[in-house]
Amino acid sequence: MIEVRDAVKNFTIRSSGVRTRVTAVDGISFTVGAGEFVGYLGPNGAGKSTTIKMLTGILTASSGSVRVAGLDPSRQRTTLARRIGVVFGQRTTLWWDLPLRDSLTLIRHLYKVESRVHRARLDELTELLGLGPFLGTPVRQLSLGQRMRGDLTAALLHAPPLLVLDEPTIGLDVVSKATVRDFLQRLNAEQGTTILLTTHDLGDIERLCDRVMIIDHGRLAYDGDLDTLRTTVDAERVLIVDLERASPPIRIDGVETVRVEGPRQWLTIPRGLNAAAVVAAVARRHEVRDIALREPDIEDVVTRLYLR
Amino acid sequence: MIFLRVASYAFRRQAAYRAAAASGVLTNTVFGVVRAYVLIALWQARPSLGGYHVADAVAYCFLTQALIGPVNIFAGGLDLVERIRTGDVAIDLHRPVDLQAWWLADDLGRAAFALLFRGGAPLLFGVFAFRLPVPGPLVWLEFLLSVLLAVLVSFGLRYLVTLLVFWLHDDRGIRSVAFIASMFFSGMVLPLVVFPGWLGGLSRVLPWAALIQVPADVFLGKGPDLLDAYALQVVWAVTLIGGGRLLTRATRRKLVIHGG
Amino acid sequence: MVRTYGLLAWTWMRAAAQHPVSMSLITVGVIVSTGLDLAAIAIIFARTRELAGFSVAEVMFLYGTAGTSFAVADILIGTVEGLGDHIKHGSLDAILVRPVSPLIQLATEEFSPRRIGKLVPPVTVLALVLPRLHLAWTLGRIVMVPVMLLSGAVIFGALWVLTASLQFLITDSREAMNAVTYGGGTLTPYPLTVFGKDFVRGLTFMIPLAFVNWEPALYILGHPDPLGLPAAVRFASPAVAAVLCLLAARAWRSGLRHYRSTGS
Repeated sequence: MIEVRDAVKNFTIRSSGVRTRVTAVDGISFTVGAGEFVGYLGPNGAGKSTTIKMLTGILTASSGSVRVAGLDPSRQRTTLARRIGVVFGQRTTLWWDLPLRDSLTLIRHLYKVESRVHRARLDELTELLGLGPFLGTPVRQLSLGQRMRGDLTAALLHAPPLLVLDEPTIGLDVVSKATVRDFLQRLNAEQGTTILLTTHDLGDIERLCDRVMIIDHGRLAYDGDLDTLRTTVDAERVLIVDLERASPPIRIDGVETVRVEGPRQWLTIPRGLNAAAVVAAVARRHEVRDIALREPDIEDVVTRLYLR
Repeated sequence: MIFLRVASYAFRRQAAYRAAAASGVLTNTVFGVVRAYVLIALWQARPSLGGYHVADAVAYCFLTQALIGPVNIFAGGLDLVERIRTGDVAIDLHRPVDLQAWWLADDLGRAAFALLFRGGAPLLFGVFAFRLPVPGPLVWLEFLLSVLLAVLVSFGLRYLVTLLVFWLHDDRGIRSVAFIASMFFSGMVLPLVVFPGWLGGLSRVLPWAALIQVPADVFLGKGPDLLDAYALQVVWAVTLIGGGRLLTRATRRKLVIHGG
Repeated sequence: MVRTYGLLAWTWMRAAAQHPVSMSLITVGVIVSTGLDLAAIAIIFARTRELAGFSVAEVMFLYGTAGTSFAVADILIGTVEGLGDHIKHGSLDAILVRPVSPLIQLATEEFSPRRIGKLVPPVTVLALVLPRLHLAWTLGRIVMVPVMLLSGAVIFGALWVLTASLQFLITDSREAMNAVTYGGGTLTPYPLTVFGKDFVRGLTFMIPLAFVNWEPALYILGHPDPLGLPAAVRFASPAVAAVLCLLAARAWRSGLRHYRSTGS
């Protein structure tokens, strides 16, 4: 579905007369197969949006090759537009002054969707995303969550096999976020739509994505599944021990006690060590009331990756 | 003082649009040239029409272009319209600061920027390109006072139009009426001295005359004597701003009783 | 392309028509404010019988032809001048991921029946003045009228696209470029003999506004050319329009290419 090879994007920035060359994307390569659900992560300015813009044909790559749905996005931008859906979380592709319904009619004409097909598809999406109550409301009056659901509908009316989302959950409240996530999950599972999503919200990734790509300083820092990511960065698991009474820090070889709060202590276990053995050792030497093992937070994992 | 600060913020906000201002200066100047040629042709056919000489008519054109920014001739209302549409005005009305005074300060800041950065260039260009006579320093001072009064009248008009939106719910109709009146009766399209018969007489006492025709006359040393010119501007400024106060009070009452 | 344009324009119109009262009031407003130029000409002729060697009927003919061409171009493509705002707000990206030329998307934006109001004053004047010109209507003169209206509209439309293309490079150039488009619309109703000779030369050869209506009108009205250009120039409007179109298309494409290689 997506094939990127050694893609580079340079910009020339002029500020107060001085030209500087900035490399936003510095030779990245990856492929995304049909039906995959891929999360694309990275800190601000790492090159996420630039990549998305190259994939959708908004920007032309400085060098390297990009192919999406079998097309060259830069040269076949308008043909490609019919085969992909794009949603920008930070801005709408709908028209501010038009009611949502009219905005969607415009989209229908832009994508030349047949009227009958359009109606069926709109009914389906209206039900899935609960658009009914605000179809007649001008877009400027919609809440962020409603607008995002409208934008998703607009991007999917022409039933594209690939959906590209740039920060779709940014600024959404908890309920809207859940609606959007559920919807995307169903779309991927039931209709087989390939989805590529950039996000800052690691909850999106944990809930939705089979695969994560992480970009940092314009280069791909990681490409694989979440579990492997956790092992790759060697993030420690945390053992939380509740003792019967407050005691001095527990000492076990290879394990570090990072925090003590009354009877509760936090121990970090490196990847190489067997957690069961550590638990057994703790139980042998102390009177334990409760014990819990926490897998590393994806947040920690990613932060560590950026720091490396 | 708070209003001084509001004005200076407005001034600085405008400064963020320097490129657009420069772009506007070019256009205002070109329009000045186009209008000047048309008036030159008219005055060649009718020398000393309306008590102007050709040079006065040409200077008038560039004065018009210079005043577009300060008196905001193309704008039907204030940015306050947006706050009325969103309902945020309810918050403003309950602030301990006077709504009208706040927006007047804002508009004065905006006008000061426009006068400095949009007004000077077209006038200067006209003076050099058409070799216009330059008045002495005293006339400049008299002119600046008249421009200040023109800004007050302009604010009075636009504030009224803006608050009417609160009552009419759709601002586009009233704004387009306001736009047409201010284009035509200010002397923007043609100097009011050219308007024939009763139309000429009427247009010269309407509030819009105070926006462009009167300051231009003060600059050119034409028209009624200086005090009459100021008097017309002051009367309209007081009437319109006073009307604005009454309407503000009525609006607040409506808001309190009906909840907007 | 024409079909897509029509469908998009129609959808916008239908949306606008949902508020019929407000829309008709605005349309009236558009008609009157478009008529301000006409009012100015009327007042001028209340004070003089002749302007730079042209009678009131002749000037009205110039106004009617230039105004109609300008209005047609403005209605069909004038909104492209909003390009800079789309670049600033990032909405151009949304336009670029849709399968229709960005030019068409911008041109149809907020298409509304009120735009048609811009045609009312010039078309009315043209209809009234044509029978009052006291000309021998030869076939050549008759054919020249629609030809000049069309060429004029194409010239204005091309100027709109050409000047909008500059916004790909200089985002804030909209107002400056209004000097060309709206400036042209303000100037062409007057006989060019009104303007200084150098100014007219500029208008003939640099920004070819003289070909909107002036040169063809000299032919129809039987006036000598004050610049003394060869007679063929009076028939050059369609060619000028075609060349300008090509230039505009190239400028637009290279502007778009520039945007897509640099981003905003």
